[in-house]
Amino acid sequence: MTRTLESFPAAARHELKNTQLRTNLRLATDTIREKRARVVSEVPDWEELRDAGRAIKADVLAHLDDYLLTFERNVLEAGGQVHWARDAAEANTVVAEIARAHGASELVKVKSLTTDEIGLNDALAALGIHALETDFAELILQLDGDWSSHILVPAIHRNRNEIRDLFARTIAPGITSNEPRDLAEAARRYLRERFLEAELGVSGANFGVAETGTVCVVESEGNGRMCTTLPPVLVTVLGIEKIVPTFRDLEVFLQLLPRSSTGERMNPYTSLWTGVTDEDGPREFHVVLLDNGRTNVLRDEIGRQALHCIRCSACLNVCPVYARTGGHAYGSVYPGPIGAILTPQLVGVENAASLPFASSLCGACYEVCPVKIDIPTVLLHLRAEAVRSSAKRRERVMMKAAAWLLGNARLFALGLRAASVGQRPFLRRGVIKRLPPPLAGWTGTRDLKPVARQTFRRWWKARQG
Amino acid sequence: MRIALFVTCVGDAMFPEAARATLTVLERLGHEVAFPEQQVCCGQMHLNSGYAEDARRLGRRFGEVFGDYEVVVAPSSSCAGALREHFGHTNVFELSELLVRKLGVEDVGATFPHRVTYHATCHSLRVAKVGDAPTRLLQNVRGLELVELPRADECCGFGGTFAIKNAETSSAILDDKCAAVESTGAEFCTALDGSCLLQIGGGLSRRGSAARPIHLAEILASA
Repeated sequence: MTRTLESFPAAARHELKNTQLRTNLRLATDTIREKRARVVSEVPDWEELRDAGRAIKADVLAHLDDYLLTFERNVLEAGGQVHWARDAAEANTVVAEIARAHGASELVKVKSLTTDEIGLNDALAALGIHALETDFAELILQLDGDWSSHILVPAIHRNRNEIRDLFARTIAPGITSNEPRDLAEAARRYLRERFLEAELGVSGANFGVAETGTVCVVESEGNGRMCTTLPPVLVTVLGIEKIVPTFRDLEVFLQLLPRSSTGERMNPYTSLWTGVTDEDGPREFHVVLLDNGRTNVLRDEIGRQALHCIRCSACLNVCPVYARTGGHAYGSVYPGPIGAILTPQLVGVENAASLPFASSLCGACYEVCPVKIDIPTVLLHLRAEAVRSSAKRRERVMMKAAAWLLGNARLFALGLRAASVGQRPFLRRGVIKRLPPPLAGWTGTRDLKPVARQTFRRWWKARQG
Repeated sequence: MRIALFVTCVGDAMFPEAARATLTVLERLGHEVAFPEQQVCCGQMHLNSGYAEDARRLGRRFGEVFGDYEVVVAPSSSCAGALREHFGHTNVFELSELLVRKLGVEDVGATFPHRVTYHATCHSLRVAKVGDAPTRLLQNVRGLELVELPRADECCGFGGTFAIKNAETSSAILDDKCAAVESTGAEFCTALDGSCLLQIGGGLSRRGSAARPIHLAEILASA
């Protein structure tokens, strides 16, 4: 699931050069952010809903084994089949075998982060099975060999002219309009036939209800509804943290999710299905219960709240870092603040050690999170782990020295005196314009206020006489 | 009331004028202010950089120096927030919250005849949670014209060692903040945190902006 081994600062440096990207992102995240704020303010018990969401998720994680077994039992009872997958490879194999058993060389997909996480499309392609993305934005990315940069708005980094040109080259030769309506129509024409022909549909899931074995997918375009009802066979890949105990719990999340993600009171399509039903929908239904690192996250008492995430992307839309770098800099299908705490836990902190530092700790993410994931606290927790596993010696020595200076008033005063002398060659009209590394990072774009000629401490001494 | 002043390491070194102003404001209101000379740092830099043990040690040390004081004031919401919310030193307050919430003062008798915009720092909003205390104080300063900063509640990009580790991203965030400050036509941009003012001031200075950074305490101490 980690797309690049590049560190966040290096990847961000690259993305920041794209000023068009920043403008697009700003516009898009601003719009969603304002819509969200508006519809959230209408709900008088929003804070209570957030508390309820957090409490339900915490309960699920505390008793996940029981809930999963209950879910499995109820899916089986409703005529579905259940597969347990330890990792991405196992999950992909399950899906591939189902496709093979039905002789399907193409399948249609609902937008799903979980299947992106396990690299399902590539795994299937290697076996000669084409997984067609049917979400408008996902289709755009797939046609162009690009990948998602936002949880909810995967093609947020592309504009309509780029999309028109792409469609002209691929699914709609001759298209000249860049009007959203015309672009959507082109995609619709292309997809309709595929929906009707497909032998197999594949989805992720927003929720799996333990008490009934029901799976729930929310979406905006109706493509999800097509994928889950038209093909005779349906496979759902469900991350094990997506379980909720009872049907009633959906009441909480179906209020929290659309308002937090698209800024809508209710999402246009909410599909719920339980096993199979005679003469309606798929004749065969499979659930793949996916671990892929989740039980490792579960083991960490502070970090496990990252598994509360309902993939709304509200944290991305308020994040000052995400708004500048975009999603690709995070090198994972989970970008933004939630990605910064989820990815390192899923793949091992030592494999994504720069991600917990990809935040100014402004806390805006925590404020909007519908299930109250304390992202800043988890970031600090993971930073400590990243330092233990991956900090460079030079940094360790510097931080040790700093701790020593900052833990002793006399040393600190001496250090400041030394600094005020040492900074003299760098002073230009009262400010420092250039410093050697590591402080060069600061002075590259910012002036630095120098250490005062008279620190407060010295002034106080003089005042006391 | 006897109040201990924690000037913070950044304040001591780079913003002594803000620390002195804090003292002036409180003394003018008739309070006795102590400066425990063993003080240095709250431990936040180490905490935020992943050096949790060093941070804990510095946080504990703070308790040894300030534990006996009923009230500690810091001209920094970030340090006050970390000390109170993370290290559990419940006697620590940022200046504006001390004045408005604890002492019930909204008019400190200051005069500052300038056009000023206020940047609400992240930790003042989301950690120390000072609410509207700073703007209440500013509204009562004689001669001061308070102009609203667009996206006042968005981060300035400082973030401690983030500003160095992710210098480019930090600078991109700062650019927008500086542009917002400039758009107000304010002579001064004020905030509760020296660290954020270091960032915003550094950006404004490099851009050659007319606007200058100023700590809230300095405005409140102006007569």
